Amino acid sequence: MVERAAEVRVHDFGEVDLGLGPDEAVAEAARCLQCKKPACIGGCPVGIDIPGFLAAIAEGRFVDARARILEANLLPAVCGRVCPQESQCEGACILGKKECAINIGALERFAADVGEGEESAPTEPAPPSGKRVAVVGSGPAGLTAAAELARRGHGVTLYESLHEPGGVLVYGIPEFRLPKAIVRAEIGRVLALGVELRTNMLVGASVPVKELLDFDAVFVATGAGLPSFMGIPGEETNGVYSANEFLTRVNLMRADRFPATGTPVKRGSRVVVTGGGNVAMDAARVALRLGARVTLVYRRREEDFPARRDEVRHAKEEGVEFVTCAAPVRIHGEPAVTGVECVAMAMCDLDESGRPEPREVEGSTFVIDADTVIQAIGTSPNPLLVRLLPGAATGRKGNLVVDEDGRTSLPRVYAGGDIATGAATVILAMGAGKRAAAAIDADLRGAGRL
Amino acid sequence: MYRVVKAEPLADRVHALVVEAPHVARHARAGQFLIVRVDPEGERIPLTISAVDGDRVRVIFMAVGATTHRLAELGPGDAILDVAGPLGRPSEIPENQTCVIVGGGVGIASCPIIARTLKAAGNRVIGIIGARNADLLILEDEMREACDDLYVTTDDGSKGRHGFAADVLKELIEQEVIGCVWIIGPAIMMKVTSGVTRPRGIRTLVSLNPIMVDGTGMCGSCRVVVNGETRFACVDGPEFDAHAVDFDRLMQRQRIYLDEEREALEHHHASRCGCETGAPHG
Ligand SMILES: Cc1cc2nc3c(=O)[nH]c(=O)nc-3n(C[C@H](O)[C@H](O)[C@H](O)COP(=O)(O)OP(=O)(O)OC[C@H]3O[C@@H](n4cnc5c(N)ncnc54)[C@H](O)[C@@H]3O)c2cc1C
Ligand SMILES: Cc1cc2nc3c(=O)[nH]c(=O)nc-3n(C[C@H](O)[C@H](O)[C@H](O)COP(=O)(O)OP(=O)(O)OC[C@H]3O[C@@H](n4cnc5c(N)ncnc54)[C@H](O)[C@@H]3O)c2cc1C
Ligand code: SF4
Ligand code: SF4
Ligand code: FES
Repeated sequence: MVERAAEVRVHDFGEVDLGLGPDEAVAEAARCLQCKKPACIGGCPVGIDIPGFLAAIAEGRFVDARARILEANLLPAVCGRVCPQESQCEGACILGKKECAINIGALERFAADVGEGEESAPTEPAPPSGKRVAVVGSGPAGLTAAAELARRGHGVTLYESLHEPGGVLVYGIPEFRLPKAIVRAEIGRVLALGVELRTNMLVGASVPVKELLDFDAVFVATGAGLPSFMGIPGEETNGVYSANEFLTRVNLMRADRFPATGTPVKRGSRVVVTGGGNVAMDAARVALRLGARVTLVYRRREEDFPARRDEVRHAKEEGVEFVTCAAPVRIHGEPAVTGVECVAMAMCDLDESGRPEPREVEGSTFVIDADTVIQAIGTSPNPLLVRLLPGAATGRKGNLVVDEDGRTSLPRVYAGGDIATGAATVILAMGAGKRAAAAIDADLRGAGRL
Repeated sequence: MYRVVKAEPLADRVHALVVEAPHVARHARAGQFLIVRVDPEGERIPLTISAVDGDRVRVIFMAVGATTHRLAELGPGDAILDVAGPLGRPSEIPENQTCVIVGGGVGIASCPIIARTLKAAGNRVIGIIGARNADLLILEDEMREACDDLYVTTDDGSKGRHGFAADVLKELIEQEVIGCVWIIGPAIMMKVTSGVTRPRGIRTLVSLNPIMVDGTGMCGSCRVVVNGETRFACVDGPEFDAHAVDFDRLMQRQRIYLDEEREALEHHHASRCGCETGAPHG
């Protein structure tokens, strides 16, 4: 696997990881034991036939490998890049117990990239069922459900409030990790199944709920887009961003090319990012590429970072400074940010998540100079449509409550992805989309209405 | 793509565009806004829905920066790449009261649709519209038709009464019982004018115009401080209780990109007329 050198890549938005070459891929795939009961598949929420596609790569049949993957996953070039493989398929691979797990993600990406353009349409769509299904939100959950429903012959309308489909894949995850051309190509494949995409449609407003419920079934996949702020003094100061705003300005609106594009962003010379997840790493690395010195402040220890392993390593290599066991308590400056006051945190007893609970160390405050602050401390389910669904059961975080198959408490209304789980991962959202599509299909047919 | 069906200059640098956007027009209510993106490189900017006719919506804007200049160049048959909406909460409409609606400058654009809705709900509606001078006053006829009484003010006395809308409002609230007041205009005008109703505790609503990106509650760019709490204007507003709004904070946040806005405008002019000065052409 080739990665571009840190000192080169921090100056542009080109992809960091260049993927496997064919020889490397064949050799890596050949290490697979072709287990009788492949544990890896159980670790993949969309159930890709992993040994199947690995065998094809090992034999040099790359296009077959791709076709095999596409049967279960229409976004392989995306998943191969952003899945937290260490806790999914690779975490389950039997080889991980003794030596090194198969690098399944990189191989999936290899097969996806090498075959791109050779359009092996996955499966012919089933004959039209005459049923209409609305899918709300075009992130990974919505895209997957839309594709699966279209394959099963249902008429699918996919609504998206932004001007471009993809959800977090286009507005959140940066170009250097997930090139937008790749996302567009994979979405193109979903739309080619006959899914009707309607952008600029905020469901609940552009499409009233009453009209929405006229569909035979509805899949709600509106994500966890609502950014949390810490609620510390100084947060309204100019120069304080949510990671969502900062990343959207750059990834979706291309503020890195301003003024050739219309949307500006404060580039900052000293940027402080708060948080330790993928979102924080992405915000920090985007800020670096816009020319800033970047410090990431996280309240736990480095080993507690929830971000993907590789992203933490990449951020470090590129020069993001980590200040761990510290939490911001106040933002200084008026009218614009001049610094972030932090307090040191001591790691105490284990909390519910099994990690030591951070507690403030009294009298330990210090200030980090900054002209820009980016908060990446989490997001919660988008409340807009949820509030309008009459009587839908919701959980503590404002998430829609669903059963195993994505059924909400309302008849004919299903949900999945971050709107049901709270902020999670691309592949979990896709898995939920796939299960819900199967349930919708079964319910529509089973209800004796076909 | 959304087709422009009508483009009309209303005053100095103020333009009206009528755009075909059925998904917005069919569901729009008074007080809501939409977001446009003119072309693939364009910024998303919010504009109030100023009138609705079948599948068409009207927006009124002042050419102040790159995007509004771009919009001002559009004519019938041209297209806008993206129109999203309707966004924001509709105005809360009381019944059978005397309401006053105050519009300042381009803010008048939002007034007729609210006035008509108030009227339809059985309210008596008094309008006050103000501008710097007669040439900048817009929608006078529409407001005269929508309101029971209309007062006009100009800062320089070139039309109507010499002075500010706030002066008229002050007199009105002394003369009769007013149930509710709307004030829509530049932030500073809303701040000053809402000061008039504060001592009497008259319910007063203002429509806030912070910088936005998505308009759906995803980015937090539009956050405003109301009653000491952070609210997102695009989903919790844009209308808020005027007496609870921190206007100074709003005005401060509106200035975040002053330098970049100037740069964008220069870039816009340079790419239009090829001149180096960035001076507006025409
Ligand atoms: C910066 C960042 C980096 C991440 N990195 C990773 C990573 O490396 N690996 C990983 O697995 N996960 C990562 N994640 C998490 C992952 O992206 C999400 O878990 C996943 O995108 C959730 O998918 P979803 O389909 O549920 O929602 P989303 O992707 O959020 O999509 C929801 C869509 O619904 C639209 N929408 C919302 N409301 C409405 C409405 N009323 N009408 C119409 N449309 C609506 C939104 O505009 C959006 O497009 C990251 C997230 C972020 C923010
Ligand atoms: C909910 C909402 C509704 C809005 N409705 C309207 C509307 O109906 N009509 C309208 O013209 N604008 C409206 N605005 C403001 C409009 O979105 C901005 O004017 C727009 O972003 C300008 O984009 P630009 O690229 O042309 O200028 P920018 O480069 O973004 O701004 C140029 C400069 O002009 C200043 N400016 C912005 N608006 C005004 C104004 N109205 N009068 C004087 N100076 C201003 C800005 O502060 C900035 O310094 C609304 C804003 C919101 C949030
Ligand atoms: S989709 Fe994700 S979890 Fe499934 S095999 Fe690919 S990388 Fe692993
Ligand atoms: S568990 Fe590992 S070795 Fe076994 S089939 Fe899956 S990838 Fe191959
Ligand atoms: S404009 Fe993004 S949250 Fe309001």
